[in-house]
Amino acid sequence: MKAVLTAKGLGKDFGRKRVLKNIDLELEKGKIIGLLGPNASGKTTFLKLANGLLTPTAGEIRIAGFAPGPESKKMVSYLPEKTYLNEWMRTEQLVEFFADFYEDFNVDRAHDMLKRLQVDPRDKLKTLSKGTKEKVQLCLVMAREAELYLLDEPIGGVDPAARDFILETIISNYREDSTIVISTHLIADIEKVLDYVIFLKEGEIVLASPVDEIREKEGKSVDTLFREVFKC
Amino acid sequence: MPWVFDPHRPLYLQLAEKIEAFILAGTYPAGAKIPSVRDLAKEAAVNPNTMQRALAKLEEDGLVITQRTSGRFVTEDKKEIAKARNRLAQEEAMQFIMKMQKLELKKEEIQAIINKMLGEMKV
Repeated sequence: MKAVLTAKGLGKDFGRKRVLKNIDLELEKGKIIGLLGPNASGKTTFLKLANGLLTPTAGEIRIAGFAPGPESKKMVSYLPEKTYLNEWMRTEQLVEFFADFYEDFNVDRAHDMLKRLQVDPRDKLKTLSKGTKEKVQLCLVMAREAELYLLDEPIGGVDPAARDFILETIISNYREDSTIVISTHLIADIEKVLDYVIFLKEGEIVLASPVDEIREKEGKSVDTLFREVFKC
Repeated sequence: MPWVFDPHRPLYLQLAEKIEAFILAGTYPAGAKIPSVRDLAKEAAVNPNTMQRALAKLEEDGLVITQRTSGRFVTEDKKEIAKARNRLAQEEAMQFIMKMQKLELKKEEIQAIINKMLGEMKV
């Protein structure tokens, strides 16, 4: 069993609105995967389903064979689109908090990353800028030694230099046996770190392919292909 | 310094070309140890899997050898390196000739230009 995430006939409705339809997917271990699509294509909904924050309307989703629940949460490190951290906490307290919560949390690595970010461990979260908060949260998420990382728009709110920091953090913390899913619409910035891309359009998968295969077959960058597929 | 890539071509090929260039330029001389996949990937700011694939290609080409316990090394076989240099030089020369032909230059004219420029070069 090599797939770390599988979805079969997965669908999600919000009332009458169909947000995800009939998603069939198998994500291999050890890959960095881009979940790409314009706004409202179902990226966040998919990641929430994988984390058990939503329940499917149709079909099923499994993490290493488990339905989303306590077993799967041990394996999955999730960066949600919104921050949920306590504003009054100092970053060092946040590190302790995460260490208490997750068995696989690596305290040294977290401190090391925060140091590189030049965040003072005594700083309270509320005193930090929006971009720095996002970076702190990413550090906490990446400091876990998880099997699967699900990152919802990790580069959405930060400047290009911070994007480089974030990508570097992702690459240097990535282990051969772990899998990273990054959802974003900023493709040009991240395509060089991706192994595999999934294009979501109006709740359906329109393309799932290794990145170098796209360049080889189409002679196009992922960004160019994305602009063609999602042309308004 | 992150390396610069053309996003329209497969990344692993471009990585392999860059490392090949390092080998030919003597940055990694014959028999030298090559940094780990992880370090190289970090330096180039690319996915380690892609770097792995690039090194696998260089291995296939005979420029790089893996020693199970101690990592990857540039081949000690100078003939392999000379072969790669020769192949690359021919490719570059071919590109140049094709561009000159697009300018409607004849064989002799191309030759004359090259000879003149080589003659004027000090080194």
